[in-house]
Amino acid sequence: MSTRIPVGPQHPALIEPEHLDVKVDGETITDVDVHLGYIHRGIEGLMQKKNYQQNVYIAERICGICSGVHTSTYSEGVESLLGLEVPKRAKYIRTIILELERLHSHYLWLGLVAYEIGLDTAFQISWRDREIVLDLLEKITGNRINYAMNTIGGVRRGITKEMQKETLQGIDALWEKTKYYKEVFLKDSIVRARTKNVGVLKKRDAERYSVAGPIVRASSVDFDVRTTNYAAYADVKWKPIVRHGCDINSRLDVRIEEVFEALNIIRQCIENMPEGPLKTIVPPVVPKGETIMRTEAPRGELFYYIRSNGTAMPERVKIRPPTYANLLALKPMLIGSELADLPVIVASIDPCFSCAERVGVIKEGTNKKEIFDGRRLRMMKDAP
Amino acid sequence: MTILKKIVNFARLKSPYLLHFDCTGCNGCTIETLACITPRYDVERFGIVEKGNPRHSDLLVINGSVNKKMEPRLKRIYEGMAHPKAVVAVGACAISRGVFFDAYNNGKPIDKIVPVDVYVPGCPPKPEAIIDGIVKALGLWKERLEEYK
Repeated sequence: MSTRIPVGPQHPALIEPEHLDVKVDGETITDVDVHLGYIHRGIEGLMQKKNYQQNVYIAERICGICSGVHTSTYSEGVESLLGLEVPKRAKYIRTIILELERLHSHYLWLGLVAYEIGLDTAFQISWRDREIVLDLLEKITGNRINYAMNTIGGVRRGITKEMQKETLQGIDALWEKTKYYKEVFLKDSIVRARTKNVGVLKKRDAERYSVAGPIVRASSVDFDVRTTNYAAYADVKWKPIVRHGCDINSRLDVRIEEVFEALNIIRQCIENMPEGPLKTIVPPVVPKGETIMRTEAPRGELFYYIRSNGTAMPERVKIRPPTYANLLALKPMLIGSELADLPVIVASIDPCFSCAERVGVIKEGTNKKEIFDGRRLRMMKDAP
Repeated sequence: MTILKKIVNFARLKSPYLLHFDCTGCNGCTIETLACITPRYDVERFGIVEKGNPRHSDLLVINGSVNKKMEPRLKRIYEGMAHPKAVVAVGACAISRGVFFDAYNNGKPIDKIVPVDVYVPGCPPKPEAIIDGIVKALGLWKERLEEYK
């Protein structure tokens, strides 16, 4: 006999509103269904109504945690439409912001996983150290969140010599603290008991569900979009982190090692920062054409498709954020595991639903689910 | 007011429970509100503890505007809270829908759905501003507690 348990939209274990319809047999999860639409705002539609410069600010507010990577992906997409070459200094500053953002996102995630396991102290400590990163971001950009640093054609502010010195000091402090996290999260027997062989996603499943980011790298697939050398990643030495455990413990391992890599990248960028202008002159009209841009957000691959028809506004902007890919992988992870492990498994993919909410069909008065297949979508496209 | 009631009110005032509910927002305000319970800002100084259950909570902190799907859920959570209660709207989206004001699925600002006591502006507001808003809401909540028989 199976029982249905609703989880969400308001639930102590969830930070963001989503609804999980969980079927259990005793304590074992037999089926799960994810219902979305609580955070759908209609951003892609809104972007078609605003001009290219205004869209930078909208892209920033798709997600509060990875706001820097959204603006830099959007700007690089528009720059490739315009055929602009961004100054080298701007590329380095972009890389520093992207990596600082990865740091703060990974510290946040470490805290959340510790909280879901029940280790409240580790949650508090990791969020305390996250404040060091936020202080650096505030000093460099003027804002803790939504930095407004990127713009089409470059960046808006430079990094002065004093800021560079402070950033290096902050990085050294974080390096020591992260060594301690490595002890706690990878060697502690309680954490190991709660994360080893929990939420297993095999390599075959990870490839079949097109999972992205640290989750796929923890399932022994070497896939990191930073190898495509956007921003200044071609000029710095780094390597993608791949682990073979396929469980939450290896996801912890991947993210902690990525923190070390991010610290290394920031240090190299600051030490080799070239002189020069921050921004190029941007032509007023975007020519006709289309482009795609891929970057590695803290949670995985972020994909932008921009089509221009020669007017002031883009004809179409399509965004595929990492959680959109990772969400489907919840099913093979959850089925067969214990109900008590549900919060930590959901947290382990680092879901960001405000990024992922792309389409929502809501009919008032009815409670019916609608599934749109390819044929139906084509019909809707052809209809006037 | 009896002496017992006075003691109970005194105790309630020193330990308000806070319910944090994220509506149709972008997460920015959410992580800044969560940062308030971490060591740098630490609202537990005021006795405030974050709770997951609306029936145990005294203060409701809301981020983001409300779309059609979210509206009945927010109403239900507000109605589930015990009287007296106070509501804090955090962020530009909660107050006036922010940059998304003309997006097709961005329904209503919070105060069209539930009564709001304190508005904290900013995109996102800093944790200091959020704590200030929560403390102001506690003052209002205290008045209501004394009126409440």
